Amino acid sequence: MRALLVREEGDSVAVREGVAVAAAVSAYGVSFGALSVAAGLDIWQTCVLSLLMFSGGSQFAFIGVLAAGGIAAGPAAVASAALLGARNGIYAMRLSPVVDGPWWRKILAAHVTIDESMAVSTAQDAPRAQRVGFWVTGILIFLGWNLTTLIGALIGDAVGDVSRFGLDAAAAAAFLGLLWPRLTTAQPVVVAIAAAVVCAVLTPALPTGVPVLAAAVVAVVVGVTNWWGRKSE
Amino acid sequence: MTVWQLILLASIVVLALKVSGYLVPEALLEKPTPSRVANLLTVALLAALVVTQTLASGSSIVLDARVPALIVAAGLLVVRAPFIVVVAAAALTAALIRAFT
Repeated sequence: MRALLVREEGDSVAVREGVAVAAAVSAYGVSFGALSVAAGLDIWQTCVLSLLMFSGGSQFAFIGVLAAGGIAAGPAAVASAALLGARNGIYAMRLSPVVDGPWWRKILAAHVTIDESMAVSTAQDAPRAQRVGFWVTGILIFLGWNLTTLIGALIGDAVGDVSRFGLDAAAAAAFLGLLWPRLTTAQPVVVAIAAAVVCAVLTPALPTGVPVLAAAVVAVVVGVTNWWGRKSE
Repeated sequence: MTVWQLILLASIVVLALKVSGYLVPEALLEKPTPSRVANLLTVALLAALVVTQTLASGSSIVLDARVPALIVAAGLLVVRAPFIVVVAAAALTAALIRAFT
């Protein structure tokens, strides 16, 4: 009986954390919706991105590269989205023991495998709470993110020419805001600075979108050699 | 390719990456290198996107209202302002500079 109570306590903590995280994250679906319309996508395309791609970093990257380079930068936009989505595959590996069940449930789980659902799940101690935290966070963010994307797209569409409202600077700030929490140790800081320099230097020399991909090489080199990393890793 | 085809292709690739993680044997997870590379990829790409979005105009580097806007955003991140406040403040900064120059 006592074990049962403790288990339920763990579940309710997981639910509370999931709801809080989902509320915070869903708020910036508005900025994605508005920026996507500003990048030249229509309302339908914007909403389909949030429904089907459903990974904030990948979505911002996709519209960012398209906004800078137009349809000619399409392959680079797809590649940028894929590279930013690579970490979701790592999360999926971590979450695989947490999410059990038939194949269709794994597909659903895969779709809502993002930064936040992984974070809330792995923050729980009990296996059941980990499962509850994953599904509550993932599903609530899916609902919230898609709703606020639509709201943002409608606002962006109504406003029309958005550059004078500084939405290009807003996109830069959004990328910086996504990057910021990851700069916790020396290694990511070094990679961020090196990637920024590589991208800036190559921008005049290469087609739009390609310098972003070139910056990814920095991560692979530093990651494989564990340069600037901790010895214990 | 049309924008719609790009959207579908990119979405399928992003979902496939998520699904592939559930298909990988757990033994690979024991190795730190793949997970470190994936985390650093995210950092490198976001940093590069900050540069592109702040400094690039087509294939040239320009310094305009986006630079002070990004400095304001960084300042707000230092004092732990919420994401939505950071984004809105950057837009407001750039909009005000453009309105008065």
